[in-house]
Amino acid sequence: MTEITEVPSPFCGIGTDDLTIKVDGVLLKVIENGCAVNTPAFEQPITDTHARVSGQEVSLEVAVAKAAELLKDTKLPLIGGCATDVNGMRGLLALADKAGAVIDNMNFTGARNNFLALQDSGWMNTTLAEVKNRCDLLLVVGTDVEAFAPRFFERYLWNKESMFLDDTSSREVIYLGRAPSGTASTSPTGKAAQVLPCAIEDLPEVIAVLRALVKKQPIRVTSVAGIAVADLQAIADKLLAATYGVVTWGAGALAFRQAELTVQTLSEMIKDINNQNTRCSGLPLAGKEGDQTANQVCGWTTGYPARTRFSSGYPEYDPFLNETKVLLENGEVDALVWVQAFNVNAVPPETSLPTIVVGRSGMTFTKEPDVFIPVGTPGIDHAGHAYRMDNVVAIRLKKLRDSGLPSTAEVLNAIEHAL
Amino acid sequence: MLIKLTGGIVYDPASGIDGQQQDIYIRDGRIIAKPADAVVDKEYDLKGKVVMSGAIDMHTHIGGGKGNIARTLLPEDHRQDPVHRSDITRSGCGHAMPSTFVTGYRYAEMGYTAGFEPAVLPNNARQAHMEMGDIPILDKGGYVMLGSDDYLLRMLTAKKDQKAINDYVAWTMTSAKAIGVKVVNPGGINAFKFNQRKLDLDEQNSHYGVTPREILRVLATAVKEIGVSHPLHVHGCNLGVPGNVQTTLDTIQGIGGLPMHLTHIQFHSYGTEGDFKFSSGAAQIAEAINRNKNITIDVGQILFGQTVTASGDNMRQHANHKFASPNKWVTMDIECDAGCGVVPFKYKDQNFVNALQWAIGLETFLLVDDPWRIFLTTDHPNGAPFTSYPHLIRLLMDRSFRNDVLATIHPEAQKMTTLASIEREYTLQEIAIMTRAGAAKLIGLKDRGGLSAGNWADITVYTDNVDRQKMFEKPDYVFKDGQLVVVDGKVVSTKWGTTHVVKPQFDASVEKGLKDYFDRYLTMKLGNFRISDDEITEDGRGSISVHPLQGDVA
Repeated sequence: MTEITEVPSPFCGIGTDDLTIKVDGVLLKVIENGCAVNTPAFEQPITDTHARVSGQEVSLEVAVAKAAELLKDTKLPLIGGCATDVNGMRGLLALADKAGAVIDNMNFTGARNNFLALQDSGWMNTTLAEVKNRCDLLLVVGTDVEAFAPRFFERYLWNKESMFLDDTSSREVIYLGRAPSGTASTSPTGKAAQVLPCAIEDLPEVIAVLRALVKKQPIRVTSVAGIAVADLQAIADKLLAATYGVVTWGAGALAFRQAELTVQTLSEMIKDINNQNTRCSGLPLAGKEGDQTANQVCGWTTGYPARTRFSSGYPEYDPFLNETKVLLENGEVDALVWVQAFNVNAVPPETSLPTIVVGRSGMTFTKEPDVFIPVGTPGIDHAGHAYRMDNVVAIRLKKLRDSGLPSTAEVLNAIEHAL
Repeated sequence: MLIKLTGGIVYDPASGIDGQQQDIYIRDGRIIAKPADAVVDKEYDLKGKVVMSGAIDMHTHIGGGKGNIARTLLPEDHRQDPVHRSDITRSGCGHAMPSTFVTGYRYAEMGYTAGFEPAVLPNNARQAHMEMGDIPILDKGGYVMLGSDDYLLRMLTAKKDQKAINDYVAWTMTSAKAIGVKVVNPGGINAFKFNQRKLDLDEQNSHYGVTPREILRVLATAVKEIGVSHPLHVHGCNLGVPGNVQTTLDTIQGIGGLPMHLTHIQFHSYGTEGDFKFSSGAAQIAEAINRNKNITIDVGQILFGQTVTASGDNMRQHANHKFASPNKWVTMDIECDAGCGVVPFKYKDQNFVNALQWAIGLETFLLVDDPWRIFLTTDHPNGAPFTSYPHLIRLLMDRSFRNDVLATIHPEAQKMTTLASIEREYTLQEIAIMTRAGAAKLIGLKDRGGLSAGNWADITVYTDNVDRQKMFEKPDYVFKDGQLVVVDGKVVSTKWGTTHVVKPQFDASVEKGLKDYFDRYLTMKLGNFRISDDEITEDGRGSISVHPLQGDVA
């Protein structure tokens, strides 16, 4: 039995790396600095140690050979999930290139709200250490931050010391659109966040008015989506008066049609503030289960984010047509490879197509896939790299135990070589 | 296996060989002296061919977050240049900011065998190495960025001595796996976070009270005292600002004789004369370079067309966003460490400023006397994609071609440049110095950039052609570590290059202050920050080559 300290987590997206974990054989217990997201993800027990073909336990070699056989004569296989570490994504992209597959990260439909805004007009963003040391005003748009990452406030807002703020508890937090589910955003001195709720689908209108106010445009109405324009004016004034304002949102939480336009309006508003001689930055929340990792590695390997097909012999990105749901519903693909090394509950979509699952040990299925290869989890069963939400820092994941489970990269490389 | 390259005309400035017919022998990846009666396994008849060592790009943005932002930003650019997979190569995209695999192939297809990323943020160093780890064929390395990091600025404010700073710089180089140190807009990236929008050489950071001049002095001293071969790599203040020629001259004067490399100096050589208040400072800069032997430069030539600028200089990139074309851009403040800015640019020959930028870069190349102290770069992708190097070489080697192009640019720019009157044409030996021997010497690569026995067999073979663009864009053969990787300008096999680093010593007590700082202010534990060797080697492809420091006993 050993205790491992300073363990980084690939699960929460905010790069917590101060966990202490007790290792007893293959059993893990988070004994310090756990949270509702990280603790169950680390403590998930290993149940499957053998690969299966048609539900029968087989050797890894047999399962790999069967996977290659299923992929061999396909016209357009789909590699979905794409939830793994950097080396896993390298293996996944090599396989996709060779097989002429289409790949799609499972969180891309949410992330698309950011990518479309980025690719149309860009943004001014910041990273977590800047927030920790500089942010004096945090505007949260349409997102329950603590449900997403329970320790966000503790680590990055209510830190005891910062380099440029005398008193971190004097930071101001404003929620716009959605109220927080708990009290993590309440300062250590008891100051609660200001909350201006509205229906989530009304956010486009609310944010449009906020941007207009930042630009000092006249607004004739007195209320928008139930929020007094005077309250929005107060937010605009605070953004323009802040030393280092930060605006955060979760792209997936903006669950309404064409939410990319709202991300764009926010990002353009941040630019407007900077053009009025005040610093302000965006901070998109993301980074769970390898979504940033998938987009980063696919980005440098192909030029495009992780919703890209290789069926023409070269990468073709399409944020709409290459979506798993669309491809399956339209019958465009003829096999499914599901790669998910982090989350046993993120199972593949139901399909009658030949299905290969390269998944975390412990995954259960309503319909047994043709091939199931349980793999180790990056940061638990093998070392690796994962990107956190701000897309700059790649954390070095540790190996915590000897489970004997292969890595995603080993399995996908083996399938590629067998093709 | 013994390979013999027979009868080529060799240009090897590292050995003082300037166009002499010589045979070259290769065994186990390295060049060897002519062996006594050994049997040649493979012979290449190179009679009449031009032979140089593999070219080295000493400043090219090929790894790290800002490059990947640039890629993500520009899907429409990639769609103009899709790259098919083959039995031996991976698919990807090309043009302004190519995918990693295509970067390796296209550099190799031009005869390049190494590239160095000049802007490795300590907090983003893992990404830089992971991206470069997916660049095939090329050797690579990085210069770690300091000078706007809060830790250094706090040290300067606290008046820490030079020894403490040397330890911090050495620790950072070792932690980030670097071979050099770069500073970008010294202190300016940091000042931008405090809402300063410009920072002159002697202007104080509003929080720390530290000036760029002080930062440059202390970092240049550290690099020299640690014994790093590559002098402090400097992207100066006021990039792109008309009148910045004076800033650059003051920067040269202010470094007080310490070794210093001024990068993409074209962007820092602007005067304010003429109707458009924008003029060439190249002659003054070249004169200063010629006079100050402690200074080296690379040019950062611009060439006309679409590209994207990706820089650590978020202060200047924010100011330049109004020139974005297409109109979209990104800036970031990063981890109390640095920043970045990504702005697409389309340089136009009928735009007065762009046309004069083009002329200023060429004037600089042609007016600096010593090819050992000037390097051929476009600051890829900022001035132009690296694939434009053969065209640039023709501009330097062929005066009539140069003047033909000059006659087509914005007429007012033609009037504002002395280019037409400059007769110099670069020789093959001078090109070999700038792109091979000089670059290897500057970076401190102990066994690259030359063709004498003991060097790794990175070798490029060209067919001599008066059209130098045609000659340099399609080598007959390229060998990397003795392996034939390119024939007739096409990749025929691939391999993985090594990562070049230095490992300077530091006083272990430096980590005491750093650990406290990381725990209090940063978002990562110190132990999780340091990059271990196996992060580069564990996938079985990468390797690390450690180079000696000055003062090391060989």
